[in-house]
Amino acid sequence: MNYIIEMLHITKEFPGVKANDDVTLQLQKGEVHALLGENGAGKSTLMSVLFGLYQPDSGEIRKNGQVVHIKNPNDANELGIGMVHQHFKLVENFTVLDNIILGFEPMKGVFINREEARKKVLELSETYKLHINPDALIEDISVGMQQRVEILKMLYRENEILIFDEPTAVLTPQEIDELMGIMRNLIKEGKSIIFITHKLNEIMKISDRCTVLRRGKLIGTVETNKTSIPELSKMMVGRDVQFTIEKKLAKPKEVVLAVEDLSVISPLSNKHVVDDVSFTVRKGEVVCIAGIEGNGQSELIYAITGMMKTAAGRVLLHGEDVTNKSIRYRNDNGISHVPEDRHKYGLILDYNLAYNLALKQYHTPRFQNYGFLKLDAIKAYAEKLIEQYDIRSGQGGVTIARSMSGGNQQKAIIAREIDKGSDLLVAVQVTRGLDVGAIEYIHSQILKERDNGKAVLMVSLELDEVLSLSDRILVMYEGKIVAELDPKLTNEEELGLYMTGGKAGTYHG
Amino acid sequence: MDENRIFLNIKSFFKDLSKKNAFKVFTSVLMSILFGLLIGFLILLISNPGTSFRALGGILAGAFGDPKSVGVGIGDLLYYATPILLTGLSVGFAFKTGLFNIGAAGQFMVGQYAALVVAFYGSGLGPFQWVVAILAGIIAGALWGFIPGFFKAIFNVNEVITSIMFNYIGMYLTNILIKSDRTIFDITRHETHHMSRDAFIPKLGMDKLFPGSRADMGFLIAVLIAITLYLVLNRTKFGFELKGVGYNRHAARYAGINEKKSIILSMTIAGALAALGGALKMLAPGTHYVGNTLSAEEVLASEGFNGIPVALLGLSNPIGIIFSALFITYIQRGGFYVQSIVMIEIIDIITAIIIYFSAFALAFRIFIAKRVQKKKAEAELANENSEEVDIIPLHKDEEVRNE
Repeated sequence: MNYIIEMLHITKEFPGVKANDDVTLQLQKGEVHALLGENGAGKSTLMSVLFGLYQPDSGEIRKNGQVVHIKNPNDANELGIGMVHQHFKLVENFTVLDNIILGFEPMKGVFINREEARKKVLELSETYKLHINPDALIEDISVGMQQRVEILKMLYRENEILIFDEPTAVLTPQEIDELMGIMRNLIKEGKSIIFITHKLNEIMKISDRCTVLRRGKLIGTVETNKTSIPELSKMMVGRDVQFTIEKKLAKPKEVVLAVEDLSVISPLSNKHVVDDVSFTVRKGEVVCIAGIEGNGQSELIYAITGMMKTAAGRVLLHGEDVTNKSIRYRNDNGISHVPEDRHKYGLILDYNLAYNLALKQYHTPRFQNYGFLKLDAIKAYAEKLIEQYDIRSGQGGVTIARSMSGGNQQKAIIAREIDKGSDLLVAVQVTRGLDVGAIEYIHSQILKERDNGKAVLMVSLELDEVLSLSDRILVMYEGKIVAELDPKLTNEEELGLYMTGGKAGTYHG
Repeated sequence: MDENRIFLNIKSFFKDLSKKNAFKVFTSVLMSILFGLLIGFLILLISNPGTSFRALGGILAGAFGDPKSVGVGIGDLLYYATPILLTGLSVGFAFKTGLFNIGAAGQFMVGQYAALVVAFYGSGLGPFQWVVAILAGIIAGALWGFIPGFFKAIFNVNEVITSIMFNYIGMYLTNILIKSDRTIFDITRHETHHMSRDAFIPKLGMDKLFPGSRADMGFLIAVLIAITLYLVLNRTKFGFELKGVGYNRHAARYAGINEKKSIILSMTIAGALAALGGALKMLAPGTHYVGNTLSAEEVLASEGFNGIPVALLGLSNPIGIIFSALFITYIQRGGFYVQSIVMIEIIDIITAIIIYFSAFALAFRIFIAKRVQKKKAEAELANENSEEVDIIPLHKDEEVRNE
């Protein structure tokens, strides 16, 4: 068999843990090879070994059959190995072109030969249909475009083995489709791809073969067209995963949240980003707002939770007008909020996990007495949530939140918001970046909350999540709610039509 | 509270101090001091080769080099350390809450002025005169901190710009007020009159402990304030909110913290701290030797700016700031005692180098932290829980992109 890269019997041990235990991964030329595993299965360690960030304790790496030693990322680059990191490594206030050539600037005397670089970049962009504007600033372009810049960086350096580290975690469904197209183009041009992910449907869609890791060990490599999602997930998690959410019939009771004729004006564009929206959420039901990112969902949620001013309309919580109440008042009187942006809003990253878990309740008598924090209570509470919600962190409650993995950060936020015991749980993109095991768990928690008589308002970009979890779907398009749909009577196609404005609105809230 | 609990509290208090970054903090501070001394010594070698060793010895002997007695040396050390301990606390407290209070000089000066006014006009207050004078200073400084804080919180005007402006506004305003008041200002000597001894702060036995020195209770007040600040920052709901806003204003707001109020309060407290330093200096009985006077010159109080390296060397930890203020004063006193063999300017340069190298403590700390963190990140990456930890350890200030 013609392998371009072989990682044979790689073992990498860290104090106390074998991150990779006799793992073998063989990449054929011209294939998309998925690397699948839960958060913490050893995928990143393996790729760090390939990219020269770590030296393996044993095992060898071969390129085209020749043993190679990769001591640092420069070695990897010289062997044609490039990587798109999950968190992009771009200079925000540089142009696309400057970012691409950074470190590999073509020179004309002492000056950078931008003309030559531009020509090459545009050619590459053309060949792979990336449609980038080389003169745009990174801070002005979308996340999807930034990812393309990262791809172009690899292509510019003439890498032939491309590692994508969870590339879809940051993308919208449309962007994911486009990325899949780009990956196919890359294969067509003779590149080989390692695709790290924990999203099974993407593996089925794009990859040729799939290597599964679990707790540092190789579980196996399978051909994608000879396997199935349930089989892959069983390999990954080690048990059968429930995909179809079994939920009881919703028993909606009294209204918890009522939004009446709500409008929000964006301070940036001065436009009505939320335009005369009305709906209610009742106890015992999950209402999901579907829509393509940027159609006013975020602003609607910010207005409900008090983080953004409303231009018109009212927000009623248990019949009480809270439109002009403070965030603290709403927090204390029945709103839990899992925010969209977990780093900007959800966590104080430099606080430890215990403080972050107490973030919404530190001011209550439970955690403070005459203004003094009850550190013991905070610690005990953290231990309880860590145990109950399986939040994994290096040193438990004293772990600085910044050092935790994205999945566990999200779990911490969810634990905090659910355990607060509010009547209304507002959850935005609650499973973004999580693996199937964690998603399954969070979905079951949300349904449990519903069955316990809580009202749940969700915003999700993932259509299958919208369809499987909600009891009612509200579709937002250009700031308006254009449809209310019953998940049992609709499908992705119809949802998609409403979301893109392809089907006219019928909703009168 | 039973005894056991008190003991545990005290224990955890000291554990907090020592545990977390003990290694990093200690080595970084030591490294900056050593670098400062090394370069200072080189300058001595170049300027005064013959006496350089004696001079360096004198500087290192610091406060213990007092020709009268060690007691006087230590007492004077405490006296001179008090103002910069408080401006250091002012700057450090603001740092901890995410703000840069470069306005400590102006706050210090309005604090001096307000205390001076009460010292001249408040003789009817009897034994409470010094207390009222101190309170007046604190209020004036609080106002001088409040305004930049207000502008920051409400109009998002950078506090650095406003505080610098308020340094000058404070300086000129106090100068105008002093000069226009003949009760306070002695026009022939072009400085304020000597104030009544009744307005001095008590010595509280410090003169018995360090006879012949300038020590008074000011240092004790400053230490008490430092410990209080430590407790406020680390043990209270208020401190939790202030630090939270400093670390992440958006997340604090999301959590229901009134972040505008926090920013305003933070700057107000910082202003009050610096002004307390000014008031204590003004009312110190020891200052009588040089005159408890203000000369209305167009110079910003150096104590205000010295607060910055004090805070940096103390890594913004109130307890650390006690020691950094003492250290910096110690070196300055050492320089003062050897001025007979070395030009005073050279001593100033050397102490300045040591002080400003101390500002690098932060840089050294980051350097050490990165090394430690790299090792830790490797271990944690292996630790199956935290696989997604970025491979290259992120520095604190680096923007972390959303997943």
